[in-house]
Amino acid sequence: MIQLKVNGVQRSFDGDPQMPLLWYLRDELRLTGTKFGCGVALCGACTVHKNGEAIRSCVTLMGTLAGSDITTIEGLSEHGLHPVQKAWIQVNVPQCGYCQPGQMMQAAALLRAKKNPSDADIDDAMSGNICRCGTYQRIRAAVKAAAEEQT
Amino acid sequence: MSAIENVSRRRFLKGLAVAGGLVLAVRYYPEITGHERSPGSNQADLAKFHPNVFLGINPDGTVYIVAHRSEMGTTSRTSLPLVVADELDADWKLVRIEQAIGDTKYGSQNTDGSQSIRGFYDVMRVAGATGRLMLVQAAAKQWGVSPEECTTDMHVVVHPATKRKLGYGDLATVASKLPVPAMAELKFKQKSEWRYVGKGSPSVDLEALCTGKAVFGMDAHLDGMVFASIEHPPVLGGKVKSVNDQEALKVAGVRQTVQIDPYQPPPAFQPLGGVAVIADNTWAAFQGRKKLNIAWDNGANESYDSDAYKKELQDTARKPAKVVRNLGDVDATFAKGGKVIEADYYVPLLAHASMEPMVALAEFKDGRATIWAPTQNPQAVQDIVSKELGITKENVICHVTLLGGGFGRKSKPDYVAEAAVLSKKLGKPVKVVWTREDDIKFDYYNAVAAMHLKAALAENGKPSAWLQRSVFPPITSIFDVNAVYGDPAHLQQGWTDIPYDLPNLRVENGPANAHVRIGWLRSVANIYHAFGVQCFTDELAHASGRDPVDYQLDLIGHPRIVDLKNTNYPNYGASYDVYPIDTARLIRVMHMAAEKGEWGKRKLGKRSALGFAAHRSFLTYVATVVEVEVDDQGEIKIPRVDTVVDAGLVVNPEATRAQFQGAAVFGTSIVKTGEITATKGAIDQSNFQDYPVARMNEAPYQTNVYLVESDAPPAGVGEPGVPPFVAALCNGIFAATGKRIRELPLSKNKLV
Repeated sequence: MIQLKVNGVQRSFDGDPQMPLLWYLRDELRLTGTKFGCGVALCGACTVHKNGEAIRSCVTLMGTLAGSDITTIEGLSEHGLHPVQKAWIQVNVPQCGYCQPGQMMQAAALLRAKKNPSDADIDDAMSGNICRCGTYQRIRAAVKAAAEEQT
Repeated sequence: MSAIENVSRRRFLKGLAVAGGLVLAVRYYPEITGHERSPGSNQADLAKFHPNVFLGINPDGTVYIVAHRSEMGTTSRTSLPLVVADELDADWKLVRIEQAIGDTKYGSQNTDGSQSIRGFYDVMRVAGATGRLMLVQAAAKQWGVSPEECTTDMHVVVHPATKRKLGYGDLATVASKLPVPAMAELKFKQKSEWRYVGKGSPSVDLEALCTGKAVFGMDAHLDGMVFASIEHPPVLGGKVKSVNDQEALKVAGVRQTVQIDPYQPPPAFQPLGGVAVIADNTWAAFQGRKKLNIAWDNGANESYDSDAYKKELQDTARKPAKVVRNLGDVDATFAKGGKVIEADYYVPLLAHASMEPMVALAEFKDGRATIWAPTQNPQAVQDIVSKELGITKENVICHVTLLGGGFGRKSKPDYVAEAAVLSKKLGKPVKVVWTREDDIKFDYYNAVAAMHLKAALAENGKPSAWLQRSVFPPITSIFDVNAVYGDPAHLQQGWTDIPYDLPNLRVENGPANAHVRIGWLRSVANIYHAFGVQCFTDELAHASGRDPVDYQLDLIGHPRIVDLKNTNYPNYGASYDVYPIDTARLIRVMHMAAEKGEWGKRKLGKRSALGFAAHRSFLTYVATVVEVEVDDQGEIKIPRVDTVVDAGLVVNPEATRAQFQGAAVFGTSIVKTGEITATKGAIDQSNFQDYPVARMNEAPYQTNVYLVESDAPPAGVGEPGVPPFVAALCNGIFAATGKRIRELPLSKNKLV
């Protein structure tokens, strides 16, 4: 039995410890904001926070998560919208929107670590997250807008 | 129709009549559906006042507008309802969008070909104007005045003489009892009165998309559903010889395996066949699949090998082929000798790789299939599911979720049919989930194409003769096993429509057999054709010592309507009278792009340069200047792109700019890494490690999009950005390095 917190709620998991977190979130908890894109940590659509750090939930096995604190897009902000979400709306980032929960989780982790990221910081942090619609220019603008709002 | 006064508006309506839009409007309008709840009823259908299939208004003032096209990021779900709301003079804040199920009563729902706005702009206006007129008539009736004395102002009808007002909600009940007016009675708003058209609005789903609440196909859920992952035949047309599922059944959560029959040629949108693993969750289904032991009979396509096939295509491209457009006599001119330049261009198969892999949920129950799917074409879902299950189309209810990208792949509902077939076999709801590997390996690929171009140059460098020949397996091969030539609808895409004013011009197409499923990918044949024509033009400009922009302007010649009377030219399904190839518009975007991109004026570093291309596709004119930097390792960077777009009337400018920004990223992927190959009939690539797409650090840093103010009728915006970007980037690489890119992707070329 694995004990973990998801969006502040205590959960216990007694299934296959080899199951990736992504499918526990999506199929068992029905937190479907976290997306399946590649299954092998190449696209970032499944990005969530583990103890505040951005991780790829599609390759994070349940067996490794005892005592972990997991945050998904549904829990990114307890009240209202997170600055990143506000910026995403203000800049009108999404096209199809499928990758954007992962993008926002990645951006939120970046802004926690770096209050005022440079273009190079943004490239480093965000280039693991693919957007096939090609919203990168707006993602960059939104990360900067969120950074400004935070400070 | 006294309000329709200005020429551009008359052209819209004429366009409708000729292009078939009016047929839809007439056939489906007016329609009072009654208020019986049927399986597909939405709130608009059930609303008190329901003047046509796109609109419903309740006494509380809520306006329901039906979005009948699919939303995959282009904002059709927002922009078309905006047009209805504008003509209705409704308050956008009081509008609720209802997504339509698949139903022919809406007209075409196939959300492809960049045609949502151009195909339905007028239909939406009619839907809104009808509602507004009936509300005005209802108010006039209540006040005992003439409707002509009344007007509307944001969700209320006003009688200015007496300053009386009635809200739309208050009028819904009376309006619902009035006869629906004839088209000729409708009054449309003047441009100066538009509230939303031309100003646009963010997506109605924006907040849901930013909070994880938006529901994509991947997120569809039914209690009691099981999950399926399908091992498809690795080679197109392959069949299961034998299957051993013992190990698969040992995986915790796996319930059973089910065989799906192979398709009967041609493949069209049928399931590919194979073995489905049925499980309690997605992961268990994936794990079970890895344990399947299947022996395949690969069939005839096992002989397919990309390298050999490429040589075949290139050989065909160098031989005389079918003439699809001809002016003058190129052979006689070439025979005279002089300066003749020839070049061969090549683009491989390309995959769509939408971020959401194929997925569908189906429940077959009591003779009816109910589907939830991210599909670009719910009516095609009805067609294929009814055929596969032996039920009528009316018994296929297709709910359309949001699409996590589409790019043409999700117009082809093979994956939806799989879910329906499995649900019928299992007697319970089934969600079919494709892996990324399935998505890459079992796509309907954009055709591989070989092109041969040849020009004789006169003294001034201008071609005295121009020959272009393309060879590619046609999309029609998925519907007709014998199809080997391009059909007019794809030959028109950047090939028969070449707008150059040349005395001797011949356009040809050679035959090619398909060994994989070929399909539409964003911009389709324009991708390779514009690459060939626009890069060859750049070659000739350099060979003649001319500026590439000036040179191309010279080739286009005087502003004119390109004469295509003797060419089979479908013009993207639109009337040529309304949407001709007007070189004045092409010339204008070229001049503007040169100006906005500071062509010839920017100081650039070593191995940095600008590339230029211009192309009309999907009835929209685009010119692009791409700045490219090539480093010592041959890696490229794209600091800036300036794109000028004349798409006629633009309903949603901000969303349109986003489409062209995205197109530059899509084009970057095509140029840098887009390549699908096959060995012994099976696709070599599988996921983003071997089919990479552009990431943030590779994408253009800044794409500036300029929209030409235009009263011309609306044209496409989703696709036209890709083709000129691809060519402009390659022309920029030549300018920066002296290396001419004639084969994509870039990895086939040594830049340093």
